Amino acid sequence: MSFFSMCILAAGIGMALGTIGTGLGQGFAVSRAVEGVSRNPGASGKILTTMMIGLAMIESLAIYALVVSLIILYANPYKDIAVKALETVAK
Amino acid sequence: MVHPLLFLQFISSKLQALLHIGGEAANAIVYTWLVIILLFALSKLATGSMKMVPSGIQNFMEVVIDGVENMVVETMGPHGRSYFPLIATLAIFILVSNLIGLIPGFYPPTANINTTAACAVIVFLSTHIVGLKQHGFHYLKHFLGPIWWLAPVMFFIEVIGHLSRPVSLTLRLFGNMNGHELVLMIFFGLAPFLVPLPMMLMGVLVSFIQAFVFMLLAMIYIHGSLEEAH
Repeated sequence: MSFFSMCILAAGIGMALGTIGTGLGQGFAVSRAVEGVSRNPGASGKILTTMMIGLAMIESLAIYALVVSLIILYANPYKDIAVKALETVAK
Repeated sequence: MVHPLLFLQFISSKLQALLHIGGEAANAIVYTWLVIILLFALSKLATGSMKMVPSGIQNFMEVVIDGVENMVVETMGPHGRSYFPLIATLAIFILVSNLIGLIPGFYPPTANINTTAACAVIVFLSTHIVGLKQHGFHYLKHFLGPIWWLAPVMFFIEVIGHLSRPVSLTLRLFGNMNGHELVLMIFFGLAPFLVPLPMMLMGVLVSFIQAFVFMLLAMIYIHGSLEEAH
């Protein structure tokens, strides 16, 4: 039983840690982009495109954390072993 | 996770028994076919009776195509126009498959990792084919870095960097769309009335941004293999 609760804990903590850095990074990127646009509104199109690429790159880190969490929760490779061990313990 | 209600369930369950694949994969295949049929019918409708002064659906499609072409020229320069068909096809297919998931009873094909991996592998292969066509054997210089005595080290770093491109393209689109589906389903289970609505509004935004980002990155990768190595 503790295996599955640990899985859920790992997914939650992993997702939280994964989003801290991503949130900080995206916040810096957007703040600098807004600064740039307010200084030179004419360049807003180019700044928007560059910011989008950067944000997509940063965001993929959080997506990696999400994918790993989803694997832990729904497609755990050690699930069968844990279930087997549980059955032997129950006997 | 099996989607609760899908209106093409009867085809996908048959396909599932026929090909011995999971439910999600069968749904993705069936809804990819649906998107293909939709896009085919739309392009037939738009180009069936073309007029000098466009109206109706032809007008709309011209605006879409013109917008994509402007973006291609802005990012890749005028010589990027020859890669416009690839980029526009990817962009429109991904956008429509993202948006179709917002209609109840539809499953977005991009929420399955196989669809996004197929798109990413196409981009990956086409960048290298374009590079080889443009530079011939000198394309190898792209992998060797600027300093000759660092070339053996740079080669492996560059190869790993190039291999991580399809992985990140795949996982970004898949994670976004699948995560959105999951959040919607969980909200629907918790409070079905009005609560998932803001999430669906966000889904429209995410669909457009992810299709845009995929297109932009494909353009940048192809542009990177087109230019001279330094």
